[in-house]
Amino acid sequence: MTYERPKPILLQGNEAIAEGALAAGMRFFGGYPISPSSEVAETLARRLPQVGGTFIQMEDEIASISAVIGASIAGTKAMTATSGPGFSLMQEGIGFAVMAETPCVIANVQRMGPSSGFATAPAQGDLMQARYGTHGPHPMIALSPSSVRECFDVTVKAFNLSEKYRTPVVILADAVVGHLREVVTLPRPEEIEIINRQPPSGPPGTIRPFEPGPDGVPAIPDFGTGYRYHITGLFHDETGFPSTNSEKIQATTERLVRKVEDHREEMTFVEYLYMDDAEVAVVSYGCSARSSRAAVKAARARGLKVGLVRLITIWPFPEHVVRQVAERAPRLVVVEMNLGDVANEIRRVTRNSVVVRQVNRHDGMLITPGQVLDGIEGVMSHA
Amino acid sequence: MPSAVVSKYLRVNRLPHIWCPGCGIGQIVNGTIRAIDKVGLDQDRTVIVSGIGCSSRATGYMNFDTIHTTHGRALAFATGIKLAKPELNVIVIMGDGDCAAIGGNHFIHAARRNIDVTALVVNNQIYGMTGGQYSPTTPVEAMATTAPYGDAEPGFDLCGVAQAAGATFVGRVAPVRMPELINTIAKALQHVGFSFVEAVSQCPVYFGRMNRQGGPVQMLNRQKEITMPVRTAQQKPEEAVGKLLTGVLYESERPAYEKLYSQIRLKASWKAGEHV
Repeated sequence: MTYERPKPILLQGNEAIAEGALAAGMRFFGGYPISPSSEVAETLARRLPQVGGTFIQMEDEIASISAVIGASIAGTKAMTATSGPGFSLMQEGIGFAVMAETPCVIANVQRMGPSSGFATAPAQGDLMQARYGTHGPHPMIALSPSSVRECFDVTVKAFNLSEKYRTPVVILADAVVGHLREVVTLPRPEEIEIINRQPPSGPPGTIRPFEPGPDGVPAIPDFGTGYRYHITGLFHDETGFPSTNSEKIQATTERLVRKVEDHREEMTFVEYLYMDDAEVAVVSYGCSARSSRAAVKAARARGLKVGLVRLITIWPFPEHVVRQVAERAPRLVVVEMNLGDVANEIRRVTRNSVVVRQVNRHDGMLITPGQVLDGIEGVMSHA
Repeated sequence: MPSAVVSKYLRVNRLPHIWCPGCGIGQIVNGTIRAIDKVGLDQDRTVIVSGIGCSSRATGYMNFDTIHTTHGRALAFATGIKLAKPELNVIVIMGDGDCAAIGGNHFIHAARRNIDVTALVVNNQIYGMTGGQYSPTTPVEAMATTAPYGDAEPGFDLCGVAQAAGATFVGRVAPVRMPELINTIAKALQHVGFSFVEAVSQCPVYFGRMNRQGGPVQMLNRQKEITMPVRTAQQKPEEAVGKLLTGVLYESERPAYEKLYSQIRLKASWKAGEHV
């Protein structure tokens, strides 16, 4: 149990995702090798059998997410890890997990796309695929870590949200954070909050397996515990059996979305730096937030009133946070390694009422603090 | 009144089923629950997994923990279920398109791993749910809605694929030979390791109609003509030429995946202990 000792250790982001998952109680991993995520699988191939869990390398990413959902339905916390091309293949399974309300965690260590793109170069281009990649209206939870320690913490949070809300949760890491090595001190097990799925309130025969509780989430009867119920990716009613009743279909669609969106604030994790008196806010996440932090500190050293809003939660989009920030600092610099995914979300939720300056890069190279500083100075000259 | 076996193993309140008159799936499900009964599987410890297609709707009618998964992926879901809870009996019901086309990759790898599940493939040689398109088991020259001039592709021999890929039990059954169907599925359920059973089935509405094979009775008579129990074939090899053999076609012993992985756990915990 090398990593459980509360002493500083040198750890890689991908290893920290694996350790966070183990700490959260994950005991099944099904995956397929892909850069830059493979160390998650490699770490778990070594660690899971040590703790009585199961690691399996499946024949492709579709099989991986399917096996993960199967393991979860049988009562085991389960996850997979992948990158862009594999994440594309997993959309089918993610949709099933949404529809069947199966907890599971997908760590997507982003690389450059589309297609094979650039396997080991960082990018943050999968936000929209995480949100909308599977067909049909659906909710999504996605969290983006920006340090090794946060890879651990975000993975624990991902499992907690997934178990609590019976829905797949995506970890949007990236090649920089996944491959980064930092000295970290991991929490002791007793310091980690663990949320487990809610078991049914009554014995078999007395409950309807998809009847939502007060928070919109049904309890989960694990397979093999005597409930003998049916799970399908078809629209179904509270019994779990397929239904073509249009009222029930509409109600189920709305409930699936609402059970996540109604709890947006609870799922919002965000870090603020120097925001108390900031006139300009830099908004960033993941690897780009590291450059942004350096730039904000440099700007402060020059006496510029600039703060950092670092998003950890990407989906559901922290609309309330963005609106509050925009009221106080209506000039925003949005730093991300895509062509402006979060920038567009900010324009959407603020109804274009703020100045949004984009700092983007999609060439395989990290955004530098100097580029962010240029963005800050550019938006500051915008009176 | 349904029989005691039917009332016990089917969700009779979900009936009538959606299958067309004369379809073979009902007969195969009937035989499957009788095989489960014969073997005495614990209903609370048995999970039935299906993919997408006509036969995959069977799970909705079967009184167990059941899951109707995505197209082609039933074996991958089943792999996760079995590895998470190895004490469960896991039965997978697929169609020919489900198993051998979109699920072909999962099929060969489940067989290679020798994971201890029973895979039952209802092979009606056509995509019924979507309206009669040709499948990977449609014979060459047979008609389908996407083969209006006859199929240019030869079909798979599913049992041959299963055996070549590493399945340790391979059987073929046909509704027209019901006692043999029940016995063969029962043996597959008792087998430890990947057991594969191809259930030859009739689709009068699409395959039968487009290929002028007549109604259900004519198709079942034809099924009797083109199949032969493997024992009969051994006694009269000259009559077996060109026939589809039924019964247990192959059985061997090889450690199931779960057993090998439990040894990995022992090695891993022993190695972890070294560092303490």
